[in-house]
Amino acid sequence: MEDKVMNNFKVLLNGIVKENPTFVLLLGMCPTLGTTSSAINGMSMGLATTAVLIFSNIIISLIKNLIPDMVRIPSFIVVIASLVTILQMVMQAYLPDLYATLGLFIPLIVVNCIILGRAEAFAAKNGPVSSAFDGIGMGLGFTLGLTLLGAARELLGTGRIFNVTLFPEQYGALVFVLAPGAFIALGYLIAIVNRIRKA
Amino acid sequence: MKPIISLSPHVHGGDSVSRNMYGVCIALVPALLASLWFFGLGAVVVLLSSVLFCVCFEWAISTFILKSPRLTICDGSAILTGLLLGFNLPSNLPLWIVAIGALVAIGIGKMTFGGLGCNPFNPALVGRVFLLISFPVQMTSWPQPGQLASYIDVQTGATPLSLMKAAIVSGDTSYLNQLPSAFQLFVGSSAGSLGEVSALLLLLGAVFMIWRRIITWHIPVSILATVAFVSGLMHLANPVYANPLVVLCSGGLMLGACFMATDYVTSPMTTRGQLIYGVCIGLLTIVIRNWGAYPEGMSFAILTMNAFTPLINTYCKPKRFGEVKK
Amino acid sequence: MKKLESTWYNMAIVLTLIAVVAGGALGYVNELTKGPIQEIKARQLADGIKKVLCADQLEVQAPDTLENGTILYATDKGTAVQASDPNGFGGTLTVLVGFDAEGVIMGYQILQTSETPGLGAKASDWFQKGGKGCIVGLNPKDANLTVGKDGGDVDAITASTITSRAFLRCVNAAYAALNDEYADASTGATAKPKH
Repeated sequence: MEDKVMNNFKVLLNGIVKENPTFVLLLGMCPTLGTTSSAINGMSMGLATTAVLIFSNIIISLIKNLIPDMVRIPSFIVVIASLVTILQMVMQAYLPDLYATLGLFIPLIVVNCIILGRAEAFAAKNGPVSSAFDGIGMGLGFTLGLTLLGAARELLGTGRIFNVTLFPEQYGALVFVLAPGAFIALGYLIAIVNRIRKA
Repeated sequence: MKPIISLSPHVHGGDSVSRNMYGVCIALVPALLASLWFFGLGAVVVLLSSVLFCVCFEWAISTFILKSPRLTICDGSAILTGLLLGFNLPSNLPLWIVAIGALVAIGIGKMTFGGLGCNPFNPALVGRVFLLISFPVQMTSWPQPGQLASYIDVQTGATPLSLMKAAIVSGDTSYLNQLPSAFQLFVGSSAGSLGEVSALLLLLGAVFMIWRRIITWHIPVSILATVAFVSGLMHLANPVYANPLVVLCSGGLMLGACFMATDYVTSPMTTRGQLIYGVCIGLLTIVIRNWGAYPEGMSFAILTMNAFTPLINTYCKPKRFGEVKK
Repeated sequence: MKKLESTWYNMAIVLTLIAVVAGGALGYVNELTKGPIQEIKARQLADGIKKVLCADQLEVQAPDTLENGTILYATDKGTAVQASDPNGFGGTLTVLVGFDAEGVIMGYQILQTSETPGLGAKASDWFQKGGKGCIVGLNPKDANLTVGKDGGDVDAITASTITSRAFLRCVNAAYAALNDEYADASTGATAKPKH
C-alpha cells in the first residue's frame, strides 16, 4: 500500500518536473504559444487541458482491454474529441468570459500531443488510478509551464502580472503580448529551466 | 612558435573580420554625415548611444554570461551593429528604447546564438523589428528633417511610405501628389529614419564597398532591380501604386539592400544563391509594403530571407574544383 | 480480462460502440447546455447595445439589416447601429455605435478589427470618453467627424491616420443609416423597417 502511494506520487512529480510537457517534452506548442498572452489566460488553458487529460486518461485506462490494438488511435481520438467538445459546450454555457478568450483554442486541445501521447504512453499500459495521477501531474506541469510563460509575457509586455501593475504599461514591449514574443519568451524560459536543471 | 600547417595558397590576402567591418563603417560615413546634417542633435544622440549600448552589451554578455576568454568588441562588429541599428531608428527616439533595441540586437540577435558568425538573423534588424513591434508609436513617428537643435520635441510628419499606403488603402491617387519628387528623395531630406534620408549617399557607400571588394554587386542589384521592375508593372497597371523611382528611393529600401541584406553571416554564399535571395527580398518587400500591416516591409523581408539562407545554401552549392558532372 | 484480438469483427464492434457512446454523451451535454448558450449569446449582444447606449435597462426591437450590411438595433433609449468599413489598415473594421434620439453619439464598441497592435488597435479606447480623440457626446449633424488632417474635428490616433479614417467612416455610415431610417419614419413611407 505504502509502495503504491509512493509510486503515484512519483508519477505525479514526474509530470510536473522531470518530464514537464512544456519545458522538457515540448509538447502542445500550439496552445502554449497561442494562449499565453497573459498569466491568467495561460493558467485557464492549462487547467482546461488538465481536466481533459485526467478524464481521458481514466477512461482510456478503463477501456484499454476492450480496444483492439489496430484501432487504438482512432478510439483514443474519439474519446478525447468527445471530452473536448463537452468541455467546450460546458465552458460556453457557464464560463462565457473565459470562453471568449480561449474559444479558438479549446477545440485545439484535441490535437494537443500531450493528451494522445499520455493516452498512448501511459494510460494504455497502467491502471486507472495511476493514470489519473499521471493526468494530474502532466496537467499541472502543463499548467505551470503555461502560467510561467503567460506571466513572463504579461510582465514584459504590459508591466503587469495577474493584472497587478509592476511598472507603467508604456514601458512594456508590446511584442511579448503578440505571437513573436511568445517564441522569444519560450526560448529563454527553456534556456533558464535547462540551466537550473543542469545545475 | 607553433608552425602553421595548411594547404596552398600560402599568401594571405589581408582579409579579416575587422577589416571588413571597419570597411562597412567607412562606407556608412557619407550617409552618417547626411543624417547629422538633416537631423542634428537627435542624430548625434541616437547614433552615439546606439553604438555605445551595443558595444557595452557585447562586452557585458561575453564577459559575464558567456565567460568567453576572447574579447570580441574590438573586431568592429558591435560598432557596425550599433551604427546600423541607429540608422534604422527615428532621431527622436528616447534613450531607453535605444538601449532596449541594442540589448535585443546584441543579446537576442547575436550572442544567444553564439556570437558573430553563428547568428541566423541580422542583429541590427532583429533589434529594429523588435522595437517596431513593441513600440509602434515611437517607431513610426518620423521627425521632419531640418530641426537641428531638438531631440525629443521635434515635429513629426508623414513619410513617403505612409502616403503611399494611404493611397492604396483608399484608392485615392491624390495622396501621391503630396509625395516629394523622386529626385528630392534621391538626394535627401524627407521624413524617415536616420539612415534612409539620402539614397544617393547610401549608394555611394555601396559603390565604395563593391570597389573595396567587401561585398559583391549581386544582392543589392537583384533587390533593387526586382523592386523597380515589379513596382513599375504595378504602377502601369494601376496608378494607385506609386512611381517605381519614388518606391526605390523611399523608406529603408536603399539602406536595407546595400547594408543590411549584404551581411556576410546571414546571406547566401554563392552568386546564384545571392541572386535568388535578392529577388525574393525584393518581392517580399513590395508585398509587405503594399498589403501588410506595417508601412515598411524591407526589414521583415530581409529577416524572412535570412531564415531561408541555409536552405538556399544547400541548393546552390558551388562546384568543387575538379568535380565531374555525373 | 485479456486484450481483445485485432480481428475485423472486434474492431468494427468496438469502434461503433465507442462512437455511439461518445455521440450519446455529446448529444446529452448539448441538450443540457443549449439553453444557457443561447441565453448568453443574446445577453452578450444586449450587453453591447446597453454599453454603447449607456443604459442599464432597455428594450431591443427586432434588428433591421440594410443592403450594405449595416444593422440597426432600435431600442427605447436610442438606436445602436453596427456599421463596417473595408478599408482599415489591416482589413475590415466593424463598429457598433449608439445614438440617442437626437443623434448624439452615446458610445461605441469595436466588434471586429485587424488593425496593427499598438497602433490602429488603439481605436477601441482612443475615441471613448476621456480618450484623446473623444467622439462620445458629439452629434454628427453639428460636428465634422473626420480627422484633423482632413479638416475635421477629431484627433486621429497617433501614427494611425488610416485606421482613424476607417473608424470615422464607420461612424458616419452608421449615422447616415440612422438618418435614412428616421427620414423614412417621419414621412411615414415605411412605418416598419424594411428588409
